[in-house]
Amino acid sequence: MSNTFLVAVDGSEGSVRAAEFATERAVASKAKLVLAYVIEWSPYSFHTPDELAERHKRREEEIERAHSTVLEPVSQSVKDKGVDVEAVVHHGHPSETLVDLAKDRGAAQIFIGRKGQSRVASLLFGSVAGSLVQTSPVPVTVVP
Amino acid sequence: MKRIILAAVLTLLTTATAQAAGIDETINTATAPIAAWVGKIVFFKIPVFGAELPLVVLWLVVGAVFFTFYMGFFNIRGFKHAIELVRGDYANPKDAGEVSHFQALATAVSGTVGIGNIGGVAVAVTVGGPGATFWLIMAGFLGMSTKFVECTLGVKYRNENPDGSVSGGPMYYLRKGFAERGMEGLGKFLGMFYAIGIFIGALGIGNMFQSNQAYVQLNNVAGGTLDGLGWLVGLVMAGIVFLVIVGGIKSIARVTEKIVPFMAIFYCVFALIVIFMNAAVIPEAIANIFTGAMTGEGVAGGALGALIIGFQRAVFSNEAGIGSASIAHSAVRTNEPVTEGTVSLLEPFIDTIVICTITALVIGTTAAADPNFAGDAQGIAMTSAAFERQISWFPVPLAIAGVLFAFSTMISWSYYGLKGWAYIFGEDQRGQTIYKLIFCAFVVLGSTVQLGPILDISDALVFLICVPNILGLYFLAPIVKRELQSYLARIESGEIKRFKGG
Repeated sequence: MSNTFLVAVDGSEGSVRAAEFATERAVASKAKLVLAYVIEWSPYSFHTPDELAERHKRREEEIERAHSTVLEPVSQSVKDKGVDVEAVVHHGHPSETLVDLAKDRGAAQIFIGRKGQSRVASLLFGSVAGSLVQTSPVPVTVVP
Repeated sequence: MKRIILAAVLTLLTTATAQAAGIDETINTATAPIAAWVGKIVFFKIPVFGAELPLVVLWLVVGAVFFTFYMGFFNIRGFKHAIELVRGDYANPKDAGEVSHFQALATAVSGTVGIGNIGGVAVAVTVGGPGATFWLIMAGFLGMSTKFVECTLGVKYRNENPDGSVSGGPMYYLRKGFAERGMEGLGKFLGMFYAIGIFIGALGIGNMFQSNQAYVQLNNVAGGTLDGLGWLVGLVMAGIVFLVIVGGIKSIARVTEKIVPFMAIFYCVFALIVIFMNAAVIPEAIANIFTGAMTGEGVAGGALGALIIGFQRAVFSNEAGIGSASIAHSAVRTNEPVTEGTVSLLEPFIDTIVICTITALVIGTTAAADPNFAGDAQGIAMTSAAFERQISWFPVPLAIAGVLFAFSTMISWSYYGLKGWAYIFGEDQRGQTIYKLIFCAFVVLGSTVQLGPILDISDALVFLICVPNILGLYFLAPIVKRELQSYLARIESGEIKRFKGG
């Protein structure tokens, strides 16, 4: 069995707890962690010509920012526990991208934090954890 | 600091327009002879069998026919592949977050779908009879080939700026393409000529004309209560444009860019409803289109007259051959320029073959049912009357759609003009801000004063730039053909991978 765990990290408290929980499991089973930050993006959105011309630059900036402000602090604390870790940033639909990434890396399971939002809120805004549970090819651990 | 600049600009604009309102007579009298002169040259007409054929339209049509044959009818052969590309079948997931083909197409389409699709078609049918519709569709079909060539070249010869942004368009492929063929001087001249033309065109057809039409629309819906308040409407519009292009408040633009496609779909759905409400006369209306196209009954110049009007309106509407869309498409980050060209051939299809034809059918079926439905109304008012006959409240959403179309066209053209400016004066930020302020000032001018002659000059220049553009396309077409053959061969061999579907 593959010994890679995928952790969804978005900078929220829930995702930090998910990373901590996944680190404990990884220590116990000598697994490697892949921390993934998904920048919500759709190829079917509409933009001005100006935005299109700047898109490549903005994309690089977004990736850079996600790495420096969100992923690095988390991956440092994972490393401190002696766990092998890799941080990736992807653009796309959050749960679909996580599923693709899990398949791509052959992850054994996915860890994700939850927001604890109300029913109305998740109806309106959707829930990444909720749709991930429904679509993931591997077990998903939702960390409260 | 930003607020102070904003206040200063607004005061400046107000005083400028207050004065302009008084001096528009003077400007008009001064520029009218120039406009007449420029118009005569650009729209030089040759009389053929009683019809008048503007040379520039002939230039565009001959180009479109040539590229259709030279590329082996790729406008038909490439159609399916264009849809696959837009759907993202060939998009590498690793490139997620870059500009997608869909986004480039949507942006270019919002730049071309505008008042012309609603009002211009009515003009075509009034002047050229129902038969003009047939030639309008033919012109849209041929225009697909021209777009394919110009957008492929736009991507191939674009400039990547040190900051990671891109600048492309005819001025770049004219300069670099001719230089490659050993005609550096000519390329430089044509590139500069194009840049100046698109810059002035952006202020006229892409700005003053749009702002003026938006004001007229709003005033119509408001029942004339905005008479004489054009400066106020202009200031509000200029303020919004300012926030988007200078203030960088993208959310406004994003809202418009989201609403425009929705509006276009909304328009088509209601147009289809009206057509079906006129169901009894659909066969008659369609028959009129075909017989009109062949006989040109009641049209000055007969069938040929109908043909000329149809082609002219199609070009006005889908901009194939003018090269503007090539500027917008250059932003896509792709290793294969051909993919962008392929996607762009959908533009004349959507703009002319779908939307313009639907408008023509709304007018055609209404006219078949009731020949005097419009009274004296012309242009957009005629289209509005055709809708009103079946759906009494439709003129209001139609006017709103018109205003939004005008706004999104202004935003797109502000970018085309900016790229022309940047080509002339360099990619310096301060210079670009000056351009943007000038652009905003012209929005106010457009809805305040009736600068007919200046608009005519700008209109003429937009058509004048298709001369160097198409000339360049002839010279560079062999390169496009080679790229196309190599691309198709690699698709065939599986070297270019498909990521989904199929």
